Amino acid sequence: MESATALFSLIIALPLLGFLINGLTGLFVESYRNKKQLIGSIASTAVFIPFVIAVYFFINMNAGSEALIYKLFTWMDVGTFSVDVAYRVDQLSVMMTMVVTGVGFLIHIYSMGYMSHDEGYWKFFAYLNLFIFAMLNLVLGNNLLLLFLGWEGVGVCSYLLIGFWYTDMAKSDAAKKAFIYNRIGDFAFLIAMFMVFQTVGSLNFDVILGNLDSFTEGYMVAIGLLMFVGATGKSAQIPLFVWLPDAMAGPTPVSALIHAATMVTSGIYLISRMSPMYAMIPEVMIIISVIGALTAIVAATIAITQNDIKGVLAYSTVSQLGYMFLALGAGGFTAAMFHVVTHAFFKACLFLGSGSVIHAMEHVEHGLHKEGKDVHFDPQDMRFMGGLKKYMPSTYKTFLIATVAIAGIPPLAGFFSKDEVLAMTMNAGFVDGGSWVYMMLWGVGIITAFLTAFYMFRLTLTTFHGSFKLPTKIKEAAGSEKFLHENPWNMTTPLWILAVLAVFGGFLGVPNFIVETFTHEPAHINLLHDWLYKINADYIIEMEHWVEWVLMAVSILIAISGVWLAFRMYNNDQQEESDAKIASRFGGLYSVWKDKYNLDDVYEGLVANPTVKFSDKVLAVFDMKVVDGIVNAIAGTVRLFGSLFRYLQTGVVSSYALAFVIGVIVILYLMIS
Amino acid sequence: MDYLGDLQAFLPGIITAVAGLAVITIEALKSGHKSAYWVTSFSLIVALFFGIQSLGTPLQEAFSGMLVHGGIAAFGNVIILLGTLFCVFLSNDYLEGIDHNYNEVYGMILFATSGMICLAGANDLISLFLGLETMSICLYVMAGLIKNEKQGAEGALKYFLLGAFSTGFLLYGAALLYGATGTTSIPGIGAAASSDLLFLAGAALLLIGFLFKVSAVPFHMWTPDVYQATPTTLTAYMATASKAATFMAMILVLSRALPSVEGLDWQAVLSVVAIITMIFGNIIALVQDNIKRMLAYSSIAHAGYALVGLSAATPEGYSAVAFYLFAYTIMNVGAFGVVAYYERNKGLDFSDVNNLAGLGFKKPMMGVMMSLFLFSLAGIPPFVGFVGKYYVFAAAINANMVPLAIVGVLASAASVYYYLRVMVYLYFREAHKETEMIDASFLYKGALVILALLTVYYGIEPILPFGGLMELITGF
Repeated sequence: MESATALFSLIIALPLLGFLINGLTGLFVESYRNKKQLIGSIASTAVFIPFVIAVYFFINMNAGSEALIYKLFTWMDVGTFSVDVAYRVDQLSVMMTMVVTGVGFLIHIYSMGYMSHDEGYWKFFAYLNLFIFAMLNLVLGNNLLLLFLGWEGVGVCSYLLIGFWYTDMAKSDAAKKAFIYNRIGDFAFLIAMFMVFQTVGSLNFDVILGNLDSFTEGYMVAIGLLMFVGATGKSAQIPLFVWLPDAMAGPTPVSALIHAATMVTSGIYLISRMSPMYAMIPEVMIIISVIGALTAIVAATIAITQNDIKGVLAYSTVSQLGYMFLALGAGGFTAAMFHVVTHAFFKACLFLGSGSVIHAMEHVEHGLHKEGKDVHFDPQDMRFMGGLKKYMPSTYKTFLIATVAIAGIPPLAGFFSKDEVLAMTMNAGFVDGGSWVYMMLWGVGIITAFLTAFYMFRLTLTTFHGSFKLPTKIKEAAGSEKFLHENPWNMTTPLWILAVLAVFGGFLGVPNFIVETFTHEPAHINLLHDWLYKINADYIIEMEHWVEWVLMAVSILIAISGVWLAFRMYNNDQQEESDAKIASRFGGLYSVWKDKYNLDDVYEGLVANPTVKFSDKVLAVFDMKVVDGIVNAIAGTVRLFGSLFRYLQTGVVSSYALAFVIGVIVILYLMIS
Repeated sequence: MDYLGDLQAFLPGIITAVAGLAVITIEALKSGHKSAYWVTSFSLIVALFFGIQSLGTPLQEAFSGMLVHGGIAAFGNVIILLGTLFCVFLSNDYLEGIDHNYNEVYGMILFATSGMICLAGANDLISLFLGLETMSICLYVMAGLIKNEKQGAEGALKYFLLGAFSTGFLLYGAALLYGATGTTSIPGIGAAASSDLLFLAGAALLLIGFLFKVSAVPFHMWTPDVYQATPTTLTAYMATASKAATFMAMILVLSRALPSVEGLDWQAVLSVVAIITMIFGNIIALVQDNIKRMLAYSSIAHAGYALVGLSAATPEGYSAVAFYLFAYTIMNVGAFGVVAYYERNKGLDFSDVNNLAGLGFKKPMMGVMMSLFLFSLAGIPPFVGFVGKYYVFAAAINANMVPLAIVGVLASAASVYYYLRVMVYLYFREAHKETEMIDASFLYKGALVILALLTVYYGIEPILPFGGLMELITGF
């Protein structure tokens, strides 16, 4: 193996090695499980070194560099079908690798503090390393099959980590729900992969994207749609998004790493990677945008009504992912990737910050228990919080910075990426053959931006401003604020690093028109755009500069007004009155939001309930143990058929022989006719 | 005549048959003596060695055209012997644990294996029938090993009655083919193939005989009852080695005796059977609480996937099936092996999935291996089961059978649910009250570890170490 390949293979191999060391030693050597410092250090190092190597590759690359292919070995080889375990280092994958390992490393450090009292510490870190390994396969794989390996792998890890506290039934159900929703998407992806292989006889990205003209129109549309269905599963879009909020049952660092920063963006990565194909099928592009915009606004309206601190962030993530799909469908592949990066910074910061708050609230509960008071409350419910900024200054400041970033206030990271998403959406209405639908979607995006600023500040103000409400809510908890304190350095340092990134991350993609307006010649201040130009088949910007200025002004005004309204309504302990006010203003609409559009119920009502009724009345013998949501609905329907078949299986030899004879007759008929 | 060469060609079969006689003799002289087990293991290792030696040689006839060796037949022998060897390793501990460790079992295994080798290398309908029956009769006996339980006797009887029934069809088919072509030689039949009624009916009945043995729907009904009644390690043997042998014989017959003749459309028939088998096997597996019955239905479903490859009827499809059988054998023997490990413990019925609660952490090594085998059976990369499925479906797509592959993919999507269910019980459920678990011998655990390693190794590096798969299976 030449030295570059050897160096590269460390990126992939080290997280796997970390998983094996911690997983196997922890499994077989009981005393090892308590060496928490050692376990955490091994796991963190196994992610940090790949990060350094990724940075090295990044430095040695420029925007014009050809992709470097590192082939480790041949995976499968039958006749014309050959797949290598080969990795592709190009501008897109090196960027994703840095995000995955960089943010991943910070979350490892944070977890060393957050999980320090957990019995399953060793398991947790083993799973985290395995996740990083799978995620790196996903972003670095040079062919669809290797990408699929990572795609399945991250699904399995997410399943393991959501159900990490498996003693709780709800949590293991949430884990199963996530896994099975993802599988629905995965199979669409698998079929797309077969169709690609049938057409070009290879799964390598170079071959596929180099032979796009050998696909028929219909095939390309089908492949594009199927891959998008796969992406809606993994990236939690309508109609498959309901698993993500439930997935918050996992430990908070997991929510930050998997369900905010990395795994859920893999659908966006996939479409971005395949962007030359998508650019040729505008009818699919428009569907992607519509789904993205709908998801964005639906999730944002739900987020307004949530009282669970992680719940708000979960819906916010779904909403922001919707933005990314909006951009993808509008030919803004780079804009979507830009939002992936900035979102990874500020959303990871927010989740870790919420984890820090939850940690502190749990500490209060433990403190009260130690005093002999039997007080129970939900440590994630923001109605018990308030005034935390006095007790947790670092968490407050970083959380505030990230909130300003996601709200889209210039010049923080979220402003630039969101602005580009919206600008590209509008632009898609102007390009040749563009549709007015995109202009409508821009409107949806703007409303969502307003809602985002509003619900994020609602969350921050309710949690950190005003006064600590637990003692007023629960009489016995009087004086409990003495248990509140800031978390140790290994939890706050990652927060600060992410906050800094949330401030400056936006300068990767400052729009070119700002300079072009004055110089009247093409500018190159949008670094990300220049960096990814070889890979992403972005639409060309057709808008006049003044239009772009207007759009930018509108999005700034919208963000500021969202923030202003939130300050008026939530700054001084008025959360519950203000929520009630919104509820009475919007009436029935609000309850729809609060009930999450009843989607879980709809899925249940359409499929599960009729099935249950049928089986209760018609087949009372048949035991339907769990009916919850579409997951079990599907399984339930299938189980129903299964038990019908079971009646055929009576155990009587003569009936077996009868089935046999029927089979013989059918086969004879088929053969002879 | 080159008798020495003929003997050499059939060496693995001869070794197992002679060892079988030796085991019976040992039992007659010294009842229950441990040496029978060691003779069995040793002879299988030697036979496997010779089997591996002949990998990569071209397909040749032997015994005046009664048998073939080398090529795909050699690959079949390796699968059969590998599966048998591991089942024997597992059987010793397990049968000891359930107080049924009779030396006759090893004799039966050896004779059955010899029959399988004959079946997988048959070049004539006579030798095919000989191999098939030698194998089947031994399997009937094994199914009834636990004779003091009603279930065991019932399972064996069912198996025997339906087996005899299906043999009737097979034999009738052979007779019709002989009537139509005037020969029992498989290549001879292929050369004289026609689309007259006699030939078509003969081909159909022959296929039916095969489909019974591989438990394709609707000829599968014996499978769950028999698998449940048979001691678990012997179930593993039945489910893997005997299926592999029958599929290998099918490959030889389909590729050489039934060429594409106008009006002879067995591809369509097989694809219909494949679709029904995949759907039925996977759906009904969902409602099984008994893990052995679940694995029985899963093995029906897996036969469906293999039939997908056969339906493609291309060299690519046949070699995909061969690889699939290899994959299926190692992961399935492994899964049954772990089940047997749990089952040896008295007190609870560990073939009931509810009683597996929390065992994943109690016996970590077994839990990890079980998860691995189940992931592989479910076709999740990077395990060998995924690679096997991929080859089979890719072959179907290249033969322009896209709908068949899509059904396969969807059916295996459903399968994830019931494999995952076992893992949910192993890991995500609280353990029952303290149940003492008996540990197994080093050999037992070692065998499972090797199977687990093979499952991972061939998932990542599926090219056999002896050269490319396609080169191995030359000369149809």
